[in-house]
Amino acid sequence: MSSAVILLHADDNVVVCRRAVTAGERISIEGSADIIARKNVEIGHKLARFALPQFSKVIKYGAPIGSMTESAEPGDWVHLHNMKSDYMSAHTRAVTGDEP
Amino acid sequence: MIANGYLRNDGRKGIRNVLIVTYLVECAHHVARRIVEMSGDSQVHLVGFPGCYPNDYALRMMKALATHPNVGGVVLLSLGCEGFNREDLAKHVAGSGRGIDTVVIQQSGGTRSAIEHGLAAVRRIKAQMDGAVVRTPFYFSDLVVGTICGGSDGTSGITANPAVGRAFDRLVTAGATCIFEETGEMIGCEGPMGERATSPEIAAAIRASIAKAETYYRAMGFGSFAPGNAEGGLSSQEEKSAGAYVKSGHMPIVGVIKPAEIPPSPGLYLLDIVPDGAPKFGFPNISDNAEIVELMACGAHVTLFTTGRGSVVGSAIAPVIKVTGNPDTFRRMSEDMDINAGRVLEGLADLDQVADEIVELIKITATGAETKSEELGHREFILTYKTFEPSAPSCFPRSAQLR
Repeated sequence: MSSAVILLHADDNVVVCRRAVTAGERISIEGSADIIARKNVEIGHKLARFALPQFSKVIKYGAPIGSMTESAEPGDWVHLHNMKSDYMSAHTRAVTGDEP
Repeated sequence: MIANGYLRNDGRKGIRNVLIVTYLVECAHHVARRIVEMSGDSQVHLVGFPGCYPNDYALRMMKALATHPNVGGVVLLSLGCEGFNREDLAKHVAGSGRGIDTVVIQQSGGTRSAIEHGLAAVRRIKAQMDGAVVRTPFYFSDLVVGTICGGSDGTSGITANPAVGRAFDRLVTAGATCIFEETGEMIGCEGPMGERATSPEIAAAIRASIAKAETYYRAMGFGSFAPGNAEGGLSSQEEKSAGAYVKSGHMPIVGVIKPAEIPPSPGLYLLDIVPDGAPKFGFPNISDNAEIVELMACGAHVTLFTTGRGSVVGSAIAPVIKVTGNPDTFRRMSEDMDINAGRVLEGLADLDQVADEIVELIKITATGAETKSEELGHREFILTYKTFEPSAPSCFPRSAQLR
């Protein structure tokens, strides 16, 4: 396997982990600079390909999938803690259960 | 020819020959379940509707399911005082040429005697079914395949779902009927989806179904997005939608149907699963099996179920083929998974190879071979309240409108 991540579309500013990656791991991406994973990240999760400013669109499959609520550096994990849907809020067990 | 089918009077063909024991209110559930258990026959399946209040959708669904081509006989279990129109359902089934009997628990003398009567009815109808069976060549043009995803994660949209999309392309090209649904998980995809419609009316119906889904889910307060989706790396409804949409493949969309409407001719259809009118009975489909039941009510012989996190469900009436996109899930739950599309992530297969494998497994399943969930005895079924208006004629292919 050539890379730990997959770039789904040339316009994407995130990449998807093809396997679990470890903090500090150098990751090569076809057609752009290497990134360093800043945290341990599970298979199927996303890493920032570039610096992503707050309020910028997250692009995956060449299409917007939400907006950054905080800025992220290249190699940062991109998920619910720093991005949100532009359509409707996601729910987790924390917001549906009795205890937060 | 891909298999030997079971010919029904309406000309449709099944790939299974099951008898369904159907409870018409929760109060008859125990009796129905005991009949199925005591029959000791893996081709006797339990289905039912729990509510006491009548519902046109539930009646239409039950009529469609009881006359599904995989079903050869029906035993209805009624408590006696519920709202379900058992006479109407029984008449419809009898009109289809199938063996049918109704056991009314209050008339039969209670639990023990209703079980006895029901069991006798099952044995009698099963013997008739086996005696009168007509086997006939089953072609791709006879085949209806549905797809859903459940327990999606960040791998689903890049492995299992596009592989199913390519399998759909192959099946439609071979003359089969394919149905995709989950309009609540296609929010944000209505533009490109509309461009695949074969008429402006169908394009408008596609866009309207997605707009309806967005309104409905907004009223419910939640999108179709479960905690496990987030744990698996999906961060938003639109990210999940983009991944779910690719299950539909690349073929033109020839029609938009609603639950219990049978596609009139082969091709790719969108099933609009969100109820019409003001939100009334809660979430459109409360769990994955509700979607499988609707696909079956549209005639699906088999359902392709893509999963990342790892669902284990199967279904009564029609086999479920589970395709996991996550190689870790496949290793952890290999007994439950029919196909490992996660090999794509590991560079061990490409999407076309997985698509070929899916089509091959459908053909084998059509010959009677059991899928993993069938082997494990999964026969889930759920049907709840909904409201639908019939689809406009313009939602169907033009060739069908001329008939």
